[in-house]
Amino acid sequence: MTVSPVGTLSDEQLQAAPATKARGYWATVGRRLLRDKVSMACAVILLAIFLSALVAPWLGLADPYQGSMIRRLKHIGTAGYPLGTDELGRDMLARLVYGGRLSLVIGILPVILAFGIGTMLGLIAGYVGGKLNTAIMRTVDVFYAFPSVLLAIAISGALGAGIVNSIVSLTIVFVPQITRVAESVTTGVRNMDFVEAARASGAGPFTIMRVHMLGNVLGPIFVYATGLISVSMILAAGLSFLGLGTKPPEPEWGLMLNTLRTAIYVNPWVAALPGAMIFAVSIGFNLLSDGLRSAMDIRN
Amino acid sequence: MLLYIIRRIIYVIPIVISVALVCFLLVHITPGDPLVAVLPADASQELAAQLRAAYGFDRPLPVQFGLWLWRALNGDLGNSIATGRPVLSEVLRAVGNTVTLAIAAAMIGFTLGLLLGLIAGYFRDTWIDKTATSFAIAGVSVPHYWLGMVLVIIFSVELNWLPAVGAGPGGSGAWSWDWAHIRFLVLPAITTAVIPMGIITRTVRALTGDILSQDFVEALRAKGLRETDVFRHVIKNAAPTALAVMGLQLGYMLGGSILIETVFSWPGSGLLLNSAIFQRDLPLLQGTILVLALFFVALNLLVDIAQAAIDPRIKRA
Repeated sequence: MTVSPVGTLSDEQLQAAPATKARGYWATVGRRLLRDKVSMACAVILLAIFLSALVAPWLGLADPYQGSMIRRLKHIGTAGYPLGTDELGRDMLARLVYGGRLSLVIGILPVILAFGIGTMLGLIAGYVGGKLNTAIMRTVDVFYAFPSVLLAIAISGALGAGIVNSIVSLTIVFVPQITRVAESVTTGVRNMDFVEAARASGAGPFTIMRVHMLGNVLGPIFVYATGLISVSMILAAGLSFLGLGTKPPEPEWGLMLNTLRTAIYVNPWVAALPGAMIFAVSIGFNLLSDGLRSAMDIRN
Repeated sequence: MLLYIIRRIIYVIPIVISVALVCFLLVHITPGDPLVAVLPADASQELAAQLRAAYGFDRPLPVQFGLWLWRALNGDLGNSIATGRPVLSEVLRAVGNTVTLAIAAAMIGFTLGLLLGLIAGYFRDTWIDKTATSFAIAGVSVPHYWLGMVLVIIFSVELNWLPAVGAGPGGSGAWSWDWAHIRFLVLPAITTAVIPMGIITRTVRALTGDILSQDFVEALRAKGLRETDVFRHVIKNAAPTALAVMGLQLGYMLGGSILIETVFSWPGSGLLLNSAIFQRDLPLLQGTILVLALFFVALNLLVDIAQAAIDPRIKRA
């Protein structure tokens, strides 16, 4: 009589077994992502921008708020001002580095908030189904009747200018989009055998959603959300550019672009610098999201 | 087919009502008095109450919404608080300019996007594909308002070839398709075209790749069809989805033009929206958003119908 292999495992090993398997998938994705040169280059550049914004006060930069009437709009490469100065004589390099703090927060926070809210709504709509699904998804449809730029600006415009309002309005724009993705993924997973098995073994709806479904739906939603960061960065800076987000004198890329617009006839290339930062972050997240998507598509 | 169209239209009615409700409520989430734009700071309580009654702001919300919706259905969106002129005529005049811009941008963006997408999908994983894909990803990632500024810097400030702002010589309102006016259209149209170009390239590339990897393409080649004829089949199969994406993009260009119109002072609906926001002209804000959103809904409806008309695989029943 052969001894079954399960019999040779201790309890601890048995408990550890599924966990290592789950890590196996993400480890594979991570390894594939690490091999992707484009994604890694983007990750390094984004990390550099993040870190420099984070440790800006310790980098020995000029004061980003300190202006001077006699050194306004210096050109790029002027001694002492490697990236020139803005319309109030403030050091551009310092303002671009410090500007990353607000710009990244108002660009990324709405996606994180929408990721949480949208995943929850989509999971509930997809798992519970029926009337609740209809109610949630028809509400989502209403928001799809607005172009996202228009919706963001309409809500921001109605709420009034301000950082919090611009984060709120962008979150409202992204929640329906993430809810739709989460709902469709959840509906796909809902009728699979392992969910049925969990239900048969007495798991309640919240346990099933949290333990059995969340892990299976989170991947696609996460990839979708990383792709949204690029849009969110552009829109958040765009709101500030219109005067609906950050208020002066805070350094923030969209607002800097707005206040420097009047200077394009005097010092055009300094005026264009903040936009280049938005572009760099936006394209970085887009490429990273593409890389993540193909890394998670293990079948290929 | 007729039945399908009728069903689609019926499905749109609740959406239209909800859109109207959202536009209506936008004004009521606004902090502060909606009359702040016309009311002098030292106005007496009576005057404020009088004005509130004149604009109907003193009635209960559902009544206000019912009245507003009824008037809107009859083509009356109220008067602009700042100028006193009817909102609808202001909005429609501005939308005309936005449509001009969107059509020009669509011609550039759609042509380039389709072309690049087809080529990239056909020559997948070659340097041609990589170049086209890089263009596309730059197109979807670029902050378009910044691109507009950079184009102005290059073509207006440095080279002095094209005008930087406005929609015609002498600031005249009337648009016509001659070079004196088109000069003003070139830069905003290119700027607007960049995002749809990127999105369509990416969509069409993926579509072409998917279609080429299907068995029927192998069968066509085995039958001895020339590559150009195979390509025709690819285009036919990609058309419905590509059409849907283009329709959606046209809607985004119409509704999302505010940033570009602000950069170029293009006198369209986006610039109108901008002034409505900053003058706190709430009826104008409400009306502009409603008209733009309804345009978007109507466009989506048309795309659905057109897609069903050209794609026999979509169930029309």
